[in-house]
Amino acid sequence: MQQEWLWSDSLINLFTGLGMPKFLAIGLAYGLGAFILANVGLILTLALIWIMRKVLSRIQDRIGPNRVGRYGLFQTVADAMKLLSKEVIRPAHSDMITYDLAPVFSVFGVIMILAVIPFAPGLIGVDLNIGVLYLVALGSVGIMADLMAGWSSNNKYALLAGFRVVAQLLSYEIPMVLSMLAPVLLLGTMRMGEISAAQGLHVLGLNLGFGWLVFLMPGAFLIFFISALAESEQTPFDLLEAESELISGFHIEYSGMKFAMFFLAQFINTFFLGAIAVTLFLGGWQGPFVDNLPAPFSQILGLIYFNIKTFAVYIAIVWIKGTFPRIRVDQMMSFAWKVLVPLVLSLILWEMIALKLPGGAVIQYGAVLVGNLVVIGVVLNILGNHFKREQVRSKRAFEPKTLIGTMRPAPTAETAAAGD
Amino acid sequence: MLQGYAFVLILSGIAFILPVAATFMGYLLGPRKPDAIKGDTYESGVETIGDAWVQFRAQYYLIGLIFLIFDVEVIFLFPIALAYRNLSLFGVAATITFVLILILGLLLEWRKGSLEWQ
Repeated sequence: MQQEWLWSDSLINLFTGLGMPKFLAIGLAYGLGAFILANVGLILTLALIWIMRKVLSRIQDRIGPNRVGRYGLFQTVADAMKLLSKEVIRPAHSDMITYDLAPVFSVFGVIMILAVIPFAPGLIGVDLNIGVLYLVALGSVGIMADLMAGWSSNNKYALLAGFRVVAQLLSYEIPMVLSMLAPVLLLGTMRMGEISAAQGLHVLGLNLGFGWLVFLMPGAFLIFFISALAESEQTPFDLLEAESELISGFHIEYSGMKFAMFFLAQFINTFFLGAIAVTLFLGGWQGPFVDNLPAPFSQILGLIYFNIKTFAVYIAIVWIKGTFPRIRVDQMMSFAWKVLVPLVLSLILWEMIALKLPGGAVIQYGAVLVGNLVVIGVVLNILGNHFKREQVRSKRAFEPKTLIGTMRPAPTAETAAAGD
Repeated sequence: MLQGYAFVLILSGIAFILPVAATFMGYLLGPRKPDAIKGDTYESGVETIGDAWVQFRAQYYLIGLIFLIFDVEVIFLFPIALAYRNLSLFGVAATITFVLILILGLLLEWRKGSLEWQ
């Protein structure tokens, strides 16, 4: 943190140096930055879909897309072209304005997240002083878009899925927001840039970059990660597009580019929730020697670290998608309200007490760590029990023969009288 | 200070225009042959009976209400968290009481059965 370099400042200085008035320079610099940022977000989706398809196919012992371009890299481009050339059908009984606006809002809420994500030191759209709160607010735009789509389609499946989306996203919003509160409480700032910068580890003037908050609060990270899975509608929680029950969810009636918008929003949302997790808990752009280099190299190194971490989180999400079974709607609701919310509330309470303990930073941080480890133990215990039970249940469902020998006949009058 | 919000404003404009432009491109490039059956509601091939805009289960409404209460109260915690390091003993006691009330409210909802999903 020796010099505060910011992309927008240097760009504005460049433009004013060319003889532009101040407000024009600011507008042009911000416009350019925002345009690049938004387009990177959209183009990123093509890569994300390719990664998901490749990883999923490997998990399922397939090869995956390999025809279009090397390693099938251009498969998603071809898919996008196909979607562009498809007819956009608007159902006759739908609510026109809401129906048309829903895909737009769904993408809007996701791209806006980009504004506060710190990609590298000084490379953040804008370091808002309410950064974390801004992310919380944007989470609601996506919920609204999904409900708009589900309701306006005038289709029973879409409506059911729309209500499910709202119930799921609202329920998991609470644990997510509360687990985002944990780093804010510790660091006393809501700026995403400062939260990243605070996670360095300075030894002898060198920044090793391993002061990640996940080492101090793994419990909050676990709860954030689970809620982020639910918020991005990924697999253990993808019951709102359960193919066998609801056909495809709230976007059944959408076709062509409008469908592509929902698809795109879901993929970038997954990636950005990973990016938020990286920023808040996994050190953001922090890594060995990231701010000990001269100006351009330090930014490039930070960008590389950030991307490695975020793609790693994304691949972990895909891995979970490939291996976990979907949960039922009642299990989903009770897991949010009866496990995550009480746990994360107690965690926040414990952190508040711990941060005011006498005896210096070591005791305070130690207390926070102990509380987090307890939370991790409880969550993993509950999840483990659930999946163990689920395994037994599904085995019984698929192997009825093994049960025949174990079943006793119903007690008749003679056996009851005989005493058994 | 407030200059940063100009970026958010500009980004919001672009974030709105991009999906609109993409859907518009779809309209331009795609074929357009509307007919009555295509515009019908999709229901796995069965002819649709009635509207989807019906009265729905109150459970979803209840969850929405609980969410609203919690979210508003949680948002209050953010300003407190910012200043938490400098809070006096009284402030800390007040904050902890606030969180305790939140937990008690959740336990009350639990006992009343609002969290059960039938």
